[in-house]
Amino acid sequence: MLFFASYKEGVGSGQMDVRLPIGAKVSDLISELHSKGENFSCLPDSVVVAVNHVYSEPVTTLNDGDEVAFIPPVAGG
Amino acid sequence: MSFVAIVRQPIKPSDILQRVGGDEDGASILFVGVVRNHNDGFPVKGVRYEAYEKMAKSVLEEIVMEAQSEYGTDRIATVHRIGDLVVGDVSVAVAVSSHHREQSFLASRFIMEEIKKRLPVWKKEFYLDGREDWTAGITPTSVLITEPTG
Repeated sequence: MLFFASYKEGVGSGQMDVRLPIGAKVSDLISELHSKGENFSCLPDSVVVAVNHVYSEPVTTLNDGDEVAFIPPVAGG
Repeated sequence: MSFVAIVRQPIKPSDILQRVGGDEDGASILFVGVVRNHNDGFPVKGVRYEAYEKMAKSVLEEIVMEAQSEYGTDRIATVHRIGDLVVGDVSVAVAVSSHHREQSFLASRFIMEEIKKRLPVWKKEFYLDGREDWTAGITPTSVLITEPTG
């Protein structure tokens, strides 16, 4: 998992690994993180996620080794 | 012929403009985004751009491909800078050339608007009074609708 900008500051880390059951979806990962407590409270329920560099839906199924990035509201330009 | 980059070094707008144009084009346009010295009424001394670099490069390529397809020109150069910038530094440059001016104006505008909506880049502002804060930004929701309608 990768965290950027305000999420990185909130979580206290830019990168970490997580183990999930086979067939877990993006929404399961978000629930798992929220259940871990305070550090992940900066992630909104509707947090935007990219899997392997592509914006993804909560129903996207995760596979072993996927790179999941949590994307705060963007502000380029 | 399009060119896309996420860079840490200063952007020289004339270099970006030189990447487009040709004998077949009657119009070239250059948009330059610059760090300004204020935001929401507060004096700003500088900004820091952070990016999910691997994804930002591919999203920028995707945006340029869409502009190419929609506006019929592949003479497009787009560069976004990341890292620490001070007031007056160029943060982004978009150059487009085309047969006629309308394509260049529209493609340039499209690219900038899409950068604002979905490029995974974040900006922290540093104020003169010592405070610092992440710019509120835009939640890239529309990008999740992947199937075109109609």
